Amino acid sequence: RGGGGAMLAAPLLLLLLLVAAGPGRARRDALREELLLSPLPTGDVAATFQFRTRWDADLQRGAVSHYRLFPKALGRLVAALGVRELHLALTQGFWRTRTWGQPPLQAPAGAELWVWFQPTVTDVDKAWKELSNILSGIFCASLNFIDSTNTVTPTASFKPLGLANGTDHHLLRYAVLPREVVCTENLTPWKKLLPCGSKAGLAVLLKAERLFHSSYHSQAVHIRPVCRDDSCLAVSWELRQTLTVVFDTFASGQGKKDWSLFKMFSRTLTDACPLASQSKVYVDISPKNKEKELLEVTPPPASVHEAVVQGDKKTYAVYDLLSPSLFNTSRSLNVQLKWMRPQDSSELPTPILHAQRYVSGYGLHTGEISTLIYNTHPYRAFPVILLETVPWYLRLYVHTLTIITKGKENKPSYIHYQPAQDRRRPHLLEMLIQLPANSVTKITIQFERALLKWTEYTPDPNHGFYVSSSVLSALVPSVIAMKDVDVEQSPLFTSLFPSSDGSSYFVRLYTEPLLVNLPTPDFSMPYNVICLTCTVVAVCYGSFYNLLTRTFHVEEPSRGGLAKRLANIIRKFRGVPPL
Amino acid sequence: MAAPLVLVVLVAVTVRAVLYRSSLAAFISERVEVASPLNAWKRVVEGLALLDLGVSPYSGAVFHETPLIIYLFHFLIEYAELVFMITDVLTAVALYLAIQDFNKVVFRKQKLLIELDKYAPDVAELIQTPMEMHYIPLKVALFYLLNPYTVMSCVAKSTCAINNTVIAFFILATIKGNAMKKKNGSLCLSIKSRRSAVIKSGDICLLVFRFQRQFIPVKLKSKSFWLYTMQYAALYLCSLVVIICLSFFLLNSWDFIPSVYGFILSVPDLTPNIGLFWYFFAEMFEHFSLFFVCVFQINVFFYTIPLAIKLKEHPVFFMFVQIAIISIFKSYPTVGDVALYMAFLPVWSHLYRFLRNIFILSCVLIVCSLLFPVLWHLWIYAGSANSNFYYAITLTFNIGQILLVSDYFYAFLRREYYLTHGLHLTRQDGTEAMLVLK
Repeated sequence: RGGGGAMLAAPLLLLLLLVAAGPGRARRDALREELLLSPLPTGDVAATFQFRTRWDADLQRGAVSHYRLFPKALGRLVAALGVRELHLALTQGFWRTRTWGQPPLQAPAGAELWVWFQPTVTDVDKAWKELSNILSGIFCASLNFIDSTNTVTPTASFKPLGLANGTDHHLLRYAVLPREVVCTENLTPWKKLLPCGSKAGLAVLLKAERLFHSSYHSQAVHIRPVCRDDSCLAVSWELRQTLTVVFDTFASGQGKKDWSLFKMFSRTLTDACPLASQSKVYVDISPKNKEKELLEVTPPPASVHEAVVQGDKKTYAVYDLLSPSLFNTSRSLNVQLKWMRPQDSSELPTPILHAQRYVSGYGLHTGEISTLIYNTHPYRAFPVILLETVPWYLRLYVHTLTIITKGKENKPSYIHYQPAQDRRRPHLLEMLIQLPANSVTKITIQFERALLKWTEYTPDPNHGFYVSSSVLSALVPSVIAMKDVDVEQSPLFTSLFPSSDGSSYFVRLYTEPLLVNLPTPDFSMPYNVICLTCTVVAVCYGSFYNLLTRTFHVEEPSRGGLAKRLANIIRKFRGVPPL
Repeated sequence: MAAPLVLVVLVAVTVRAVLYRSSLAAFISERVEVASPLNAWKRVVEGLALLDLGVSPYSGAVFHETPLIIYLFHFLIEYAELVFMITDVLTAVALYLAIQDFNKVVFRKQKLLIELDKYAPDVAELIQTPMEMHYIPLKVALFYLLNPYTVMSCVAKSTCAINNTVIAFFILATIKGNAMKKKNGSLCLSIKSRRSAVIKSGDICLLVFRFQRQFIPVKLKSKSFWLYTMQYAALYLCSLVVIICLSFFLLNSWDFIPSVYGFILSVPDLTPNIGLFWYFFAEMFEHFSLFFVCVFQINVFFYTIPLAIKLKEHPVFFMFVQIAIISIFKSYPTVGDVALYMAFLPVWSHLYRFLRNIFILSCVLIVCSLLFPVLWHLWIYAGSANSNFYYAITLTFNIGQILLVSDYFYAFLRREYYLTHGLHLTRQDGTEAMLVLK
């Protein structure tokens, strides 16, 4: 009887222990996935995937050993190197702001990495070097080429997007590799970081052969600390993986601008990720010019969500993959969109802020970089911070910097210029420029092209050298007042950038990267050059040596050397007079 | 003699003023033969603009002038053209006065040696007469002011002109030679060495010393010799220290030392110029870079002591050869440096009959000067040539300069031999003899 009682008590005790210890040990983490499909004014379609994992653990302090949804590779990286915020983006293509509108999240062409370190990190440069090497391994990208010649420390742009107390800009590092190419090799490890991989949920749509057949492809990883709740007493870590792709459906859609999920991704959605707490698809069906809708979405959405995004009121059709009624009629969800009437191309709305940049000049000696920034708001002026990073071999002359708006000179209220040091660091130019309403601002600066050592050229030197995109950060005034968003309740695409007040929204734009040719030496000639130059030096040495060590003498007649005597012997035989 | 000099100065100033106002001024300022990374005007303006922005001009790799230039141009930037015209005029006037004094010295020495019977009897035609030497100072000033190289340097506002002025004053102070001017000489020397490379100071120091030897015989055991050397060295070091401290106090940092002297010595900037360094180091294997930098820098000043030993009786010729070698082998030469030693050529016009290759060398120099802009345009703008073309002209130009200097040296030594041994040399058997260098 006692034995039976003990046998009953043991599992009960075990159960009690587990129940007691359980909530204390496991840290809560949650995954939300979301796909936003927005038709762009020119007829292209932009698809933005966001996967947000939030983990209520303090990576910095406690030794965390049990990783569930948060990828272990990134978690250990953040803990070991003292990273406060990490933003890595790999992009192929360029977002055409002027025709496509303001992007939800833009990244420059190539690879961009910017990191805020914790104040406890003593040697930030060493941590930065280690971080870029580790990330290069995780993402199979050549991030190990990030070194002091392409890293800068901006002072005004790139403020922290997560929680921050005190911002000493010496803890920030920013680098761009404009030459970096993005391909399947980078997509695969990115997909592996997702909790469901590419097997369930929205990630089944991410197939490489369709994703890279697009006008713009950008995949990014953002890690930042956020408040755990409204009182903000504890810190949670948020990992957002975003992928933006723009398909040119007009070119591939047999002349029609209708699109569907199957046409774009050659897959349809079958279920939600079982680990996700929320899995939604949003389709932008905002009416233009308040007319009858010009698009029709099938299957009809279960609900419609209205939000003020980037200063404009927008309407979204919502498909909740976790709701049981969605897959009632068919096993798969294939969102289709048809245009009711052809869109008037003159109605293309221009975004309030857009920019372009180009190189002018001729020849391989000098040149000029010009940036044009457009403010199309009819009556509001606002300031913009421009960050330019120019490699050291294009020597900028800051006394030639001119900023002209509407024909008059426009003096920036803040300039931070750090000149380049040869082979050590690039130029950094940050300016705060006020853009008057409805104006174009032209910023020009002249540069001189340097001749590099022959080993410093890439194997294809006549392709040119890339200058990374310049960054424009601005608080653009919005047409409609925006309410503060609650991160947990609202869609993910509205909560990436913290908004300070409802009257403006934060926008970060990138300009085009530039391709500049440098004069090249002849690469086949090292030995010849060394020989010829040393010959010239030797000529000087020889002449001076002769003149310094020898003196003038009257010439003594010599009896002739061996050759002369031999010649005389032969002449004697021939019967010719001797020399 | 003052009136022709004033006329020459006026003509020179007019030419420069006309060129400043024409569209050629922008074209000339861009030329790499005239403006090097060390002395381009664009970089001086950039340095001052950086100072206005609150950034040290030496924190970047664009500005490589000494802080004395910042001092000078901080207030005079509006009158830059005037400053450069005045420096050219001052250089010419300094050279004029120096050569005038030098002629007097040469004359005195000739008379002394004739009285002491040091010369052979039949060298009457080799002796210089006051008649032919009368116009030499004017010719020197003319050669300097109206030399196209100098005019281009001035129009491009290259700080090489200021360099040349300091050297000219140094030469003037040296030739004047009395006690007062000795102090001036060492001051000028230290200013000059601060302005340009420290390397140069070493040999110029010896140069001056050799000149003063005329008045104090060199006996290593002699106390007055050592006393004099110590005096001079102390004076030189003191003025050097004063000027370096002055440079330090401008920006309160020692940044200028790696930016100016480190830059000259290590040649990191490979912008093409008329020298030999740029392409050599553009094509150099990394492993040997340091070795060849050292070899090339040593090349600049290791001719000093041998030349000093050989030319101890002729300090001004020694100065000429030394300045020429420095301007050929310095890390960033420009045509302004070439113009300075070319201004001395009228002083040795009596050597004309002994020069062997003067025609071909002058042709080489003129043709190369004309080809420089052509091949630059073909490489950089037209894209139909490559860097080898410009490099070849650089080589030829430098060979031309080297052979020119060594030709003058040969002619000088030959004349000295004839002066002491007679013009008509006969062999033991009475036939005419040949003179060879053995």
